[in-house]
Amino acid sequence: MLKIRNLKASIEGKEILKGIDLDMAPGEVHAIMGPNGSGKSTLSQVLAGNESFEVTAGEVTFMGHDLLDMDPEERALAGVFLAFQYPVEIPGISNEEFLRAAINAQRKNRGEPELDAFDFATMAQEKIKLMEMRGDLLSRSLNVGFSGGEKKRNECFQMAMLEPKLAILDETDSGLDIDALRVVSRGVNALRDPGRSFLVITHYQRLLEHIVPDHVHVLSDGRIIRSGGKELALELEDKGYSWIEEAVS
Amino acid sequence: MSEEKKMLEEMASQKYKWGFVSDVESDTVPPGLNEDVIRFISAMKNEPDWLLEWRLKAYAHWQTLAEPTWQKVQYPQVDYQAISYYSAPKKKPKKDSLDEVDPEVLATYEKLGIPLSEQKRLENVAVDAVFDSVSVATTHQEKLKDAGVIFMPFSEAVQEHPDLVRKYLGKVVPYTDNFYAALNSAVFTDGSFVFIPKGVKCPMDLSTYFRINEASTGQFERTLIVAEDAASVTYLEGCTAPQRDENQLHAAVVELYAHEDATIKYSTVQNWYPGDENGKGGIYNFVTKRGMCAGDRSRISWTQVETGSSVTWKYPSCVLKGDDSVGEFYSVALTNNAQQADTGTKMIHLGKNTRSTIISKGISAGRGDQTYRGLVRMGKKAHGARNFTQCDSMLLGDRCGAHTFPYIESANSTAQVEHEATTTRIGDDQIFLCNQRGINTEDAVSMIVAGFCKEVFSELPLEFAVEAEKLLSVSLEGSVG
Repeated sequence: MLKIRNLKASIEGKEILKGIDLDMAPGEVHAIMGPNGSGKSTLSQVLAGNESFEVTAGEVTFMGHDLLDMDPEERALAGVFLAFQYPVEIPGISNEEFLRAAINAQRKNRGEPELDAFDFATMAQEKIKLMEMRGDLLSRSLNVGFSGGEKKRNECFQMAMLEPKLAILDETDSGLDIDALRVVSRGVNALRDPGRSFLVITHYQRLLEHIVPDHVHVLSDGRIIRSGGKELALELEDKGYSWIEEAVS
Repeated sequence: MSEEKKMLEEMASQKYKWGFVSDVESDTVPPGLNEDVIRFISAMKNEPDWLLEWRLKAYAHWQTLAEPTWQKVQYPQVDYQAISYYSAPKKKPKKDSLDEVDPEVLATYEKLGIPLSEQKRLENVAVDAVFDSVSVATTHQEKLKDAGVIFMPFSEAVQEHPDLVRKYLGKVVPYTDNFYAALNSAVFTDGSFVFIPKGVKCPMDLSTYFRINEASTGQFERTLIVAEDAASVTYLEGCTAPQRDENQLHAAVVELYAHEDATIKYSTVQNWYPGDENGKGGIYNFVTKRGMCAGDRSRISWTQVETGSSVTWKYPSCVLKGDDSVGEFYSVALTNNAQQADTGTKMIHLGKNTRSTIISKGISAGRGDQTYRGLVRMGKKAHGARNFTQCDSMLLGDRCGAHTFPYIESANSTAQVEHEATTTRIGDDQIFLCNQRGINTEDAVSMIVAGFCKEVFSELPLEFAVEAEKLLSVSLEGSVG
């Protein structure tokens, strides 16, 4: 699914990722944990193609494609989805318009006919229920006036609608209360599929109680310093990041 | 330079599609303005003496006026003696048939998407086509006649309905109003005249399409729309001009007059040639538009989509004289490249419980500079009058400008005035979000801009709304590419 080799990236001349290696197989859930400033969000932005970051070295292969050679929209069309840590607002564009444009861009890319309003509505209602969102979601402007939790749930709703191959969740749990966390987790778990992989970026172990990962990686100062199974997350919760950082250095 | 920025730059350099010149033989008077030219225009149109006198008075008054300089635009001094004030295609159009209209002229309108011939004309819209200084064709005459609606070129109305024209001409915009209105009153050549009699709802939308073709001419048309008691009409105006290196002047006057319970809805999609990316050429669009809500419960609504012209100076206004009358102004203005626009509205509340709404959306790209200038005046007797104003500006790129000058004057303590203003730009993060969902940057910008303009587009008749949205994305195309 995803193969990252020696990935280095910087922003405004400052190197953030200092050589990342990662392999993800289809259907796997990988969690990336790490302290603030370790490069977790940078990794997600670089994978999605944010041009504010400069890739200085390394290779990323996604389903056989050279991901770094693709524009952000090409990556999206190939099945990469990023649930943003800070979802932006776009006034004047309803969630429905936005999502239909996105879905139809993807369908067009696959040579499929556009989704008509009726099919879209049927599909959307089901996913709205899954994410326990308000019934007027579709007619509201994209993220405008949404609470922090609603924005995060809306990201997951979009993910559910777009059915990506690789979903990157960038601190989707931050700012969520315990009920919202449960809803988001349930939504993600409902999407788990042998053909779909998740890269879950989080600070906290509590999300991983709901979304149980196959692998956990610890990111520190732009490098993955430790990888393990789900028990690694528990150990981290117990001992803190400094424990590993000291052990490694 | 980021991808978005590059796209915005490219979008800003989109070519103007309506810039072709038609090869039409014209009678054009030599450049220059004096009493003889005015007498010539009046004679060519076989006008009654009162109208010639009115023109001459306007000319005399114009000579005492100075060109206004308070607007926030910059352009070289216009040489009013270098303009030709009359140009007409040689073949004379006949009223009932298009046979005698120069085929080149018909082909021009066809190319502009405004077919005039019987077979191809627009189903639900009657069109008056004004080519340079004269009206060349007006469609759907019979159907309108049956309803009692008068819709004809201004010059014909002067011949056929002189009393009506005399009664209303200059009543809303007197020739003393301002520099350009005085100039227009002296030299106006054609335009449209609309009269909706008492109680009649106009059976179809009316539309005038203005085209400047000849070089070194100005277009000075005059539109007069009168709706009697309880009458209603929707009127659309479109405009284009060829791509030329020199600047051309367009100084029109539009007067609307609404009696008791009458409704006039006036929409403009203005797409005059904006000049090239360096600001060379383009139309100076200096237009006076005003509506008089004379009767109680009358309603006048202006909707404008301004994407063309190199310099725009335009403030469609409403005088709310009748009690409970309503004025509305919905505007989308786009300035790209070196375009400048100083536009807005005036809402003059005189009657009791009068209401007005102003929604203005300005989009600046390239080095475009744009100003919203609006006046809301609450008169002494405007008890319970209300205004709501919303001015939103959107900036694309970092070399454009947006300015807002709202003027509020209230002489009545029971009147309420609200003003809201915002400035936004399309953020790289918004574009990236769209890209990340599979939407390319050009579509993303179009979508975000259309969303920004939604409140105004929803006021346009459907076909126009679609056209306006397309026009906007074409005007922006390449500014993101």
